[in-house]
Amino acid sequence: MIRVDNISKSLGGREVLKDVSAVFEPGKTNLIIGKSGSGKTVFLKCIVGLFGIDSGAIWYSDILFNELDFRARKEIRKEMGMLFQGSALFDSMTVEENVRFPLDMFTTMTYGEKLVRVNFCLERVNITDSNRLLPSELSGGMKKRVAIARAIALKPRYLFCDEPNSGLDPKTSIVIDELIREITVELNMTTIVNTHDMNSVMENGEKIIFVEEGEKCWEGNKSQILKSDCKLLNEFVFANALAKQLKESAR
Amino acid sequence: MTFRFLSGFGAYWMLLGKVFSRPEKPAIYYRQTMKELVSLGLRSIGIVTIISFFMGAVITLQTAYNTENPIYPTYLIGLGARDSIILEFSSTIVALILAGKVGSNIASEIGTMRVTEQIDALELMGVNSASYIILPKVVATLIFNPFLTLISIITGIVGGWIVGTTAGVITSPDYIYGIQYAFIPYYITYSLIKTLFFAFIITTVSSLQGYIVEGGSLEVGRASTKAVVYSSVFILLVNVILTQLLLS
Repeated sequence: MIRVDNISKSLGGREVLKDVSAVFEPGKTNLIIGKSGSGKTVFLKCIVGLFGIDSGAIWYSDILFNELDFRARKEIRKEMGMLFQGSALFDSMTVEENVRFPLDMFTTMTYGEKLVRVNFCLERVNITDSNRLLPSELSGGMKKRVAIARAIALKPRYLFCDEPNSGLDPKTSIVIDELIREITVELNMTTIVNTHDMNSVMENGEKIIFVEEGEKCWEGNKSQILKSDCKLLNEFVFANALAKQLKESAR
Repeated sequence: MTFRFLSGFGAYWMLLGKVFSRPEKPAIYYRQTMKELVSLGLRSIGIVTIISFFMGAVITLQTAYNTENPIYPTYLIGLGARDSIILEFSSTIVALILAGKVGSNIASEIGTMRVTEQIDALELMGVNSASYIILPKVVATLIFNPFLTLISIITGIVGGWIVGTTAGVITSPDYIYGIQYAFIPYYITYSLIKTLFFAFIITTVSSLQGYIVEGGSLEVGRASTKAVVYSSVFILLVNVILTQLLLS
């Protein structure tokens, strides 16, 4: 479980996050939604410690993460996996080397054992016969799947996904969403997904936090979102005419 | 201006602190260093050889034209070319060229890693990204650049000999006698010491420029340019200090 208590963060003199609190439960796909520039990515980067926070607290189970020094954080980071917006695969490494990298860095496994784990992770994300390819030779969807394979290589307890569907076609987006949801349940991970893809929200939204202008405006799940009276949320979720009709019929 | 200089200087030392912390897995760092030896060292041999050959040739021709006087023995052309190559050109000029080739390569590589979130990915895994990316580059250039300097010295002197004798400004026996005459071995040591300092400046200054990039491809390009400019300025500054310290 990850708990965030009243965190605030300013960047370049502008308050990007304002007193945000939330609880992210294990075995669930927790979504942070909001329009572009609302502070979702900053929120996620604060949670994982890539950005320091100005005030508040971030708890990983019963450990106060934001107070830890570099070495202590490192131990928790070994239990984290992250899928970045642009996949963030290492350009100079092949698919196999990318997935093997965390195993090389943090385990004492033999090469054979690592290879078995790498192949298992790649098969889990439906990538086969691509071990020797470089990231530049992969499609957008494949890159995301390899990044997920790398993220789960060390069997993490926490998975973070920053806009996993950006740049993908709707069908591939669904594949990625399903993959994230399945892996979350399989490994009983606490998964936090940043997204503004409404298909994802309706498919994966077991817990949804809506962020607007750096503030948490609404919290609920995918069934509650249809009945919400939060004006800002409705403007975001039901932005087009078809979605508005859907909302009306749900009422 | 002063604030920017001081904050940049502070960022440089903080980055060095991160770079020289204990490596997580020495075996992986060793593998990375081997890769960098190829990428930053072996792949620079070509340009260093070509430039040094023509540099040696031009130094020999210019020395010949500037000492066209019956009272000067012609072997002094070889001596002058040798000392110019060893003392200054093979260390400083080659370092400036490498600042352009290797420095911009390092800054753009690390800058691209920054803007594509590869450095964030390393940090998130708990890897000391500065040490993992930069330390192998520093070690590789510190190991290989002295060899580049030696290659440059040899190629420069050979270039001077071939072009000098072909152009008819000096005979082969005079040139060979000149490059052996009053040879001071310490000059080689001096040149290699300078090379080590310059190698360190090129890799660390360029790495910093790449590491602190924010934005996109435009900023990566700017960082690459800054890496070359700052490395070159620091090389010239340190050259003056080292020359005073080592030759006075």
